[in-house]
Amino acid sequence: MLSLRVRPPTSFDFRRFNVRDLERRWRLSRDCFLSFSPKFEENRGVRFGVKSSKSEVSFTAAEEEETLPEELQPELMPKHVAIIMDGNGRWAKNRGLQPWDGHRAGVEALKEIVELSGKWGIQVLTVFAFSTDNWIRPRIEIDFLFSLFERSLKSEFQNLAKNNVRISIIGDSSKLPKSLLRVINEVEEVTKNNTRLQLIVAVGYSGKYDVLQACRGIAQRVKDGEIEVEEIDERLIEEELETNCTEFPYPDLLIRTSGELRVSNFLLWQLAYTELFFAQELWPDFGRSGFIEALTSFQQRQRRFGGRKS
Amino acid sequence: MAELPGQIRHIGGRMSQLLEQIYGFSRRSLFRVISMGPIPCHIAFIMDGNRRYAKKCGLEDGSGHKAGFSALMSMLQYCYELGIKYVTIYAFSIDNFRRKPEEVESVMDLMLEKIKSLLEKESIVHQYGIRVYFIGNLALLNDQVRAAAEKVMKATAKNSRVVLLICIAYNSTDEIVQAVKKSCINKSDNIEASNYKHEDSDSDIEGTDMENQEKKIQLVDIEENMQMSVAPNPDILIRSSGETRLSNFLLWQTGNTQLCSPAALWPEIGLRHLLWAILNFQRNHSYLEKRKKQL
Repeated sequence: MLSLRVRPPTSFDFRRFNVRDLERRWRLSRDCFLSFSPKFEENRGVRFGVKSSKSEVSFTAAEEEETLPEELQPELMPKHVAIIMDGNGRWAKNRGLQPWDGHRAGVEALKEIVELSGKWGIQVLTVFAFSTDNWIRPRIEIDFLFSLFERSLKSEFQNLAKNNVRISIIGDSSKLPKSLLRVINEVEEVTKNNTRLQLIVAVGYSGKYDVLQACRGIAQRVKDGEIEVEEIDERLIEEELETNCTEFPYPDLLIRTSGELRVSNFLLWQLAYTELFFAQELWPDFGRSGFIEALTSFQQRQRRFGGRKS
Repeated sequence: MAELPGQIRHIGGRMSQLLEQIYGFSRRSLFRVISMGPIPCHIAFIMDGNRRYAKKCGLEDGSGHKAGFSALMSMLQYCYELGIKYVTIYAFSIDNFRRKPEEVESVMDLMLEKIKSLLEKESIVHQYGIRVYFIGNLALLNDQVRAAAEKVMKATAKNSRVVLLICIAYNSTDEIVQAVKKSCINKSDNIEASNYKHEDSDSDIEGTDMENQEKKIQLVDIEENMQMSVAPNPDILIRSSGETRLSNFLLWQTGNTQLCSPAALWPEIGLRHLLWAILNFQRNHSYLEKRKKQL
């Protein structure tokens, strides 16, 4: 997934001479969706040699500068990016494939974006994996999605842990299968102290449901006498929302793929001042170039938050 | 010979009247064609770009808002001619109070003038039978504006053909907070009332699931306490000046709303932008209706 090669645990370097191997591995994983054996990873470590700490530092510094494309300015990078990964079904239909092939391709696209986010200094990445509205899909598709999610978590979480990525899951977990819930709890527990990038996956989530559960939490606190009704304000609701698991709950940028111009009930409260970007490509096609286009558009925007730029 | 300039002016006047009538006729014919397809029930506008327009045209600061107001009147006319029943406009946000006091004051003065003009006989309100609502935290407004707003709401309460919702001193997060407060109060009142009723009977010991569910706040409880519950959710949200963000406007109501952001500044907004938004709406309409039925 993210790191398909051995790396020093503290950096997210992309080694350019790896490109061909990387592509080959992506193709392989797209077909059989297996994680790579430790033996293979070990060999890679041997092949690229062991670096002395001195060369590692300078190598790392130069590489970090090179990884950010020239169109993007490091000081204007958004801290929190949210993505609505729309278009897997249509992508599969256009190619005469089944919907689950589209979802599999979607997972590959997600891996690429998570990797780029970590490298380019984005602190939080929230992705809309499954909405409360998606429960109307055919049962076979829903079962496939959850088993795909479970398999992805199991196979990738070692890499994520190693790359200092923290995973959080938000949404109504009451309807999810028990095996998936077990994996989720384990992954959240193991990665909870990681600091490089926080990946928030919204499963069974809807913005209205989030505000509703915050409201219930507040109502309970009022009932228990902890707070008065008059004290209810925006800050209190913000504390009760599910995005309280992160330091930056409000996305700076929301990207929706597949050309639909809607928010579809994702992150309602948190999107108050978020810049929206609607990409025409379907999610499996969205890769690096689409991401750069979205970030470039974000960096050119003037954000005033209701005030004036005089 | 002295009559000639007068005659020319008279003919000129007649010509422009005729051109206006032709334009009006062709516009209404175009609307009749568009109405063959589904027409949105509710359109919301974020009127952004007035000051930039004033700067662009080299006008003084306040006149951007005045130009914006006449653009608003034209848009309302087109919407109501097309048969759109609800129109919501974002007139002033709670965040806008943070601007320079002179600007806030001049905007408030302009709003007071325009709100009062709504009560006049020739105003658009009487022409189209508009019912006006002022949505927002009206307590934050000065007394004159608030009094004028309440007067207009009362005067138009009996109109029912079309509805205009003016969001003034409004923030979506503030609206949600007020709705949450009211829901908490209502729920605790309801629970107290039902406890009082069951005091003497034995059934309260059981505490059934149904009762527990009723004690929890539901989505409908919050929704019925929202100020915007007087209108259905918007079908289209148009934000002028090309910015693509919601700026704390109708966050709760725009979950499935189509978002449009034409690059034109608000005073430059025209019929073509509205028609483009409606044509896009018509394209996606059947898919969204199917989804709504499934949900």
